[in-house]
Amino acid sequence: MRRRALSITALIAAAALALCACSPAAPADQAKTLKVVYQKTDSFVALDDLFKSAKAEFEAAHDGVTVELQPIQANDDDYGTKLALALRSPSTAPDVFYEDTFKVRSDVDAGFLLKLDGHLAEWKDWDKFDDAAKAAGLGDDGGTYAVPLGTDTRAIWYNKKVLAAAGVSLPWEPRTWQDILDTARKIKASDPNVVPFNMYAGKGTGEGTVMQSFYELLYGTGDELYDADTKKWVVGSDGFTDSLAFLKTLYDEQLAVSPAEALDANVWKKVFGEWLPQGKMGATVEGSYAPSFWQKGGSYEWPDYGTDMGVAAFPTKDGQEPGGVSMSGGWTLAVGAGTKDPDLAFEFLGTALNQKNSLAFNIASSQIAVREDVASDAGYQAANPFVKDVSELVSVTHYRPATADYPRISAAVQEATEAVITGAKSAEQAAADYDTAVAGIVGGDKTVRK
Amino acid sequence: MTARLRRRARLLPVVPAVLLLLVFLAGPVLWAFQASFTNAALTGRTARSPGWVGLENYQRLFTDPLLPLSLGLTVLFVGGSAILGQNLLGLTIALLMRQARRPVAAVVGTAVVAAWVLPEIVAAFAAYAYFSRDGTLNQLLGGMGLGQPDWLYSFPMVAIMLANVWRGTAFSMLVYRAALNDVPSDVTEAALMDGASGWRRLAFITLPMIRGSIATNLMLITLQTLAVFTLVWVMTAGGPSNASTTLPVLAYVEAFKFGDIGYGTAVASVLILIGAVFGAAYIRLLREGKP
Repeated sequence: MRRRALSITALIAAAALALCACSPAAPADQAKTLKVVYQKTDSFVALDDLFKSAKAEFEAAHDGVTVELQPIQANDDDYGTKLALALRSPSTAPDVFYEDTFKVRSDVDAGFLLKLDGHLAEWKDWDKFDDAAKAAGLGDDGGTYAVPLGTDTRAIWYNKKVLAAAGVSLPWEPRTWQDILDTARKIKASDPNVVPFNMYAGKGTGEGTVMQSFYELLYGTGDELYDADTKKWVVGSDGFTDSLAFLKTLYDEQLAVSPAEALDANVWKKVFGEWLPQGKMGATVEGSYAPSFWQKGGSYEWPDYGTDMGVAAFPTKDGQEPGGVSMSGGWTLAVGAGTKDPDLAFEFLGTALNQKNSLAFNIASSQIAVREDVASDAGYQAANPFVKDVSELVSVTHYRPATADYPRISAAVQEATEAVITGAKSAEQAAADYDTAVAGIVGGDKTVRK
Repeated sequence: MTARLRRRARLLPVVPAVLLLLVFLAGPVLWAFQASFTNAALTGRTARSPGWVGLENYQRLFTDPLLPLSLGLTVLFVGGSAILGQNLLGLTIALLMRQARRPVAAVVGTAVVAAWVLPEIVAAFAAYAYFSRDGTLNQLLGGMGLGQPDWLYSFPMVAIMLANVWRGTAFSMLVYRAALNDVPSDVTEAALMDGASGWRRLAFITLPMIRGSIATNLMLITLQTLAVFTLVWVMTAGGPSNASTTLPVLAYVEAFKFGDIGYGTAVASVLILIGAVFGAAYIRLLREGKP
């Protein structure tokens, strides 16, 4: 008995020792690999094409280097989460990745991004970038941590045929909020089956609700979300309540889609794919990247979009200066702080963002160019009929506050819009609840009452 | 000496299993519990160096109006879809299958089990397609001339509870089938000869004899249903306006959508605690029940 027990123990110990001998191959002779992480969806393949082309170019120029592309198939929110989780550990952190501008500052705080100042000083292409665009990649310490791919603006996209049928004079240039309501009511009166004016609301469309809808209202009232000078969040502003009231009016009078449809995260697909092309919608407030869905090769090809659609700036509340409102977001490419070969990683970034690749990407995704040699390219300017109109809006555009708390504040704004369009709360009540939520998120001392 | 060594040697084969449980089960639970006392986040300064905040996350949790709502929805979800729905439906199907013809029993059994073995994301999407505005259920109701409400918008809890009943009934059915097979037929025959009707036989003979299985089944499905996440997330994402935000959904939203891992793990710890309390209660019930 004792011998059997001993022999069994000896067997297990020997097996354990043998397993310890199994170790991964020594990494000394492995070829260099660069890991690249970015977003890819059914409707957004422009970035995938960009990286495939950059990979081919880079591997041809650098012997022994492999570029490993790891696209993440997810929407913006989930992509951000997956990237953040990957960045936490050096074994999963990518070398080069696609980063949203408004996450740059908090990710710099977290130590995820590599400071690029040294590399950028030696990169000849860096001078060709717009000064305003260069600011997108700044960290709190003034260093640059990311390079922009392009930028976007927001505007009113209207269907000329629908408006003309309702007797609205073209081109449509609303100067105040009242103009929008009047025109929407006119369209509704002439054809009750058409959705006159779409503005996203609720938590379903996530960041789209605030970037493409609520902020166009808020920033046109003279009030803002965040006081950058005092670094405090604004609460109790009239502009906030007025913006909610506008959305409430729009939805109560059924000048927009039904609340149930608005809360569906996929409603934008119907806007681009069905309602606008089929003349069932008068207008929507959407990003300058809209043509990327309708042009040849897009997910909702619409050959006539150039003639049937028109673009107008979203007006300020009472037409006050500067007359229009727009929001800009934009994405960047960044290098991971823990990358094993920073020089190589930056070289790949430079290849991906050279003139040829930037041009192709900006045209395919209908982004506004941030490189002057792309902006002046004839092919870029002729890419779609609206390039000039949307680029002009850069002069009246605003940016989101790029702080670590922003996602929760954004969620609180989305909740407020959801409450008013579903009729659960009045605009004043929803605004008051928003104030309470903000104080709960950042602490009372970080808020300022205006 | 030999006897002690022998006893210890008997435990040896269990050691790898215990190690796996400790590493993959107890480890993450302890890590989550520990993280709930910090301000760990997915991004920002605290992602690099999380600091100890003590009970701050729990204080915030217990003053958050979302917590009682979420708790209530979770209790409703577990009580309605598991304790009542899956349990009673599973028992009913198991009882009926004993008296049904072989082919009918086979078809019903396969259909019920098929819903259970589907990968959760596939089942969740099937349920979403069924309950969505233009989905199968509304097509059927429309065909019969009845109203077609937007289930996932107007009645989200009803939709997810029905989906969960559809998904999990197979487990209860299998447990009860096995339990009913163990009920000795001579006792039921004796009762039949004494003139007991079907209902009285069921209530006074069959059910008391499978008492242990009922308690075990309830415990297992309660704990399983407490953890249901994918189904709710795919169907309603906790909406509209948190109308179907059960505790797992709340934990996910806080930890991964807002990146606040400290707070999310606090919610998760509360959930684990609830599960532990339920588990302990059921085990005591079982132990008392044993003759």
